[in-house]
Amino acid sequence: MNSSGDSCSSLLEVAFDDDHHHHGHADRELHVLAVDDNLIDRKLVERLLKISSCKVTTAENALRALEYLGLGDQNQHIDALTNNDLKVNLIITDYCMPGMTGFELLKKVKQESSNLKEVPVVIMSSENIPTRINKCLASGAQMFMQKPLKLSDVEKLKCHLMNCRS
Amino acid sequence: MNTIVVAQLQRQFQDYMVSLYQQGYLDNQFTELRKLQDEGSPDFVAEVVSLFFDDCAKLINDMSISLERPDHVDFKQVDSGVHQLKGSSSSVGARRVKNVCIAFKECCDVQNREGCLRCLQQVDYEYKMLKTKLQDLFNLEQQILQAGGTIPQVDIN
Repeated sequence: MNSSGDSCSSLLEVAFDDDHHHHGHADRELHVLAVDDNLIDRKLVERLLKISSCKVTTAENALRALEYLGLGDQNQHIDALTNNDLKVNLIITDYCMPGMTGFELLKKVKQESSNLKEVPVVIMSSENIPTRINKCLASGAQMFMQKPLKLSDVEKLKCHLMNCRS
Repeated sequence: MNTIVVAQLQRQFQDYMVSLYQQGYLDNQFTELRKLQDEGSPDFVAEVVSLFFDDCAKLINDMSISLERPDHVDFKQVDSGVHQLKGSSSSVGARRVKNVCIAFKECCDVQNREGCLRCLQQVDYEYKMLKTKLQDLFNLEQQILQAGGTIPQVDIN
């Protein structure tokens, strides 16, 4: 644990209670949709998030992710999603994926008319390309994370999200 | 529990681990991976590296097919394979494998088939070497546990 995690851990205690406190805190558990075409990276991000008390759903590409979010098919498009109906609190996606990229997924989410557009989207990439990073941030990405991911990255992410929520 | 045996095994484990880092087989990301293992997920590292090695074998096979015919190389496929391999190796801390991938990508970018074939051979060698080394490491872990000991935290620095 790094020393800057102190203020975060108290925030985390409040928001992300364990099973001992039955105050309906189940709905306060972060549900993350993790999108990555690389199996090993999916396993890693899933474990990182679970160890950080998140519920995790993984998708191996952007299309599957959109399907999960209810945007798969134009005909199935669900309008008027309220916050309670939002399936996920966070989307974390790889940038480089075959077919639809993470950037395109980001834009699709942010172009939504429903509350889905409020869901933070974090972009991951193995490449540190400033123009790419800026492009993602400019299109509404919450954060950009450099791969390979570590525990401290997820802790930073949670702090960032907590600060944004309050 | 034979404390002397456990202590010897633990020492062996520590030394072996340190040597893997010193020889460049592993980097800090492997340390990060070990942090994710606990009583609830005691086999996390072994599971992930196993997936990684399976992935290596498959990607290498696919790339060798793409590189087979001198007159008909699918560099796009090779590039995609190298990208995957570089990503995975980076994520598990397989330093030597990752470094070969960097050279491999360069050969691919300039469509150097001979260079690609050399890199392919090298990456095949490196992943297999690492697989053997990690198997030895995991065996030591098992021996420690079976002797009633605990796996030591290894400080690489």
